[in-house]
Amino acid sequence: MLIRKPADIEPSEITPKDVYLNRRQFMVTSAGGLLVAADAMAALTAKPGTPLKDEKTNSLKEATTYNNYYEFGVDKEDPAKHAGSLKTRPWSVVVEGEVAKPKTFSIEELLKFAPLEERIYRMRCVEGWSMVIPWIGFSLAALLKQVEPTGKGKYVAFETLNDPKQMPGVKYPILDWPYREGLRMDEAMHPLTILSVGMYGDVLPNQNGAPIRLVVPWKYGFKSIKSIVRIRVVEQQPKTSWNMAAPNEYGFYSNVNPKVDHPRWSQATERRIGEFSRRKTLLFNGYADQVAGLYGGMDLLKYF
Amino acid sequence: MRAIKPALFVICLLPLARAVWIVASGGAVNPIEFMLHSTGTWALVMLLLTLTVTPLRQITGNNSLIRYRRMLGLFSFFYAILHFMTWVGLDRFFDLASMLKDIVRRPFITVGFAAFVILVILAATSTNAAMRRLKRNWGRLHRLVYPAAILAVVHYWWLVKLDITQPAIYAALLAVLLLWRLFFRLNEYYRSRIMH
Repeated sequence: MLIRKPADIEPSEITPKDVYLNRRQFMVTSAGGLLVAADAMAALTAKPGTPLKDEKTNSLKEATTYNNYYEFGVDKEDPAKHAGSLKTRPWSVVVEGEVAKPKTFSIEELLKFAPLEERIYRMRCVEGWSMVIPWIGFSLAALLKQVEPTGKGKYVAFETLNDPKQMPGVKYPILDWPYREGLRMDEAMHPLTILSVGMYGDVLPNQNGAPIRLVVPWKYGFKSIKSIVRIRVVEQQPKTSWNMAAPNEYGFYSNVNPKVDHPRWSQATERRIGEFSRRKTLLFNGYADQVAGLYGGMDLLKYF
Repeated sequence: MRAIKPALFVICLLPLARAVWIVASGGAVNPIEFMLHSTGTWALVMLLLTLTVTPLRQITGNNSLIRYRRMLGLFSFFYAILHFMTWVGLDRFFDLASMLKDIVRRPFITVGFAAFVILVILAATSTNAAMRRLKRNWGRLHRLVYPAAILAVVHYWWLVKLDITQPAIYAALLAVLLLWRLFFRLNEYYRSRIMH
């Protein structure tokens, strides 16, 4: 017959008392850690941004189901359907080239790199539609300053992940993979230019360029490269994907400009997703006050 | 057999029903663009189906298939006019100046508009009365369906941003349908020469 004895050790002696008393908070924290590890949506804390005057922010559904991300297919619905195969942990971004202190940053480091800020920006696609999206991120300049670009560094080149196992679209030679983009150094250092790690208060959904992407609000959307794995500071103007594919249609600068038409369609107006009639497209997508100075004396028709 | 024609009529309306359902249920983030693409695609599909009737008739020897050709052609016109009206009324909101400018300056719109004008002429002369009045000119006039189909495919080809897979598929199908006619004619010509 089994006779129960009192336990030799009290549970309170095994678990430190402070942990024991705070067990609820401990559980919440571990669950949060697990969620990040599993790359589920985890809320990001960021300084709230200012909504645009008289322009409604688009819904999360609109911003996550109507995307151009050719690595996951060429239709607007494809990225939402297929981007689930993208693994965003572990993830690292190599920052190299004409810099004094090249470094590989893990995504965890980048998430804590600088205080996160919300930026509510217009996003104008070269195809003639636009949205207003609340991004979360930090200024690209902060990252570049840390690696200390040398005097030779005149441009910044970016590269997206290129993995056919995770990205079904790169099996087709529609663009010359990996997806590449680039900015002039002063554009890259501009305070409006951010590296985004989230939107709508959460981490980026895969179809929007998780875990880290560029957002340059005064340029056509394709300049804002997604799922970045490499940033190089370079001397020469880098090759960029859409420019390589059709140089007469997509310039290196690709600043939003209602006066410079795409050879096959007008850029004078745009359809804001969720609105019925077209809006007039604004020079530099409405950010002329902040960025027009970058292009003083430049012929915007020639350098489109 | 009597039921085939009404059944085909209903089937030809299904793409429109589907598109309207998707838009009405909020399934399209950019509904105007979605309607524009859907109606344009189906105008082209119906046009290619119309052009499939004759080869099918020649292959099967079943001449009664000709009964469905006019309806398919008119459905192509039906989707084309929906496509055109979506562009005029919803995409451009009756901005006549911008539309005229694009018809002149944007080659893909120029060719699309030309294809539409041809379809209007063909639809207007599709009645039995028009056939009687035009006599043998009716056949000559309605050969304009070939340039209309070519223009429609070019319209699609020129509007895609980079990935030409879809327009290339339509171009290949159209090429098969047109080459079939060419070989059929040549074949008849040589046979008639051997006979004489």
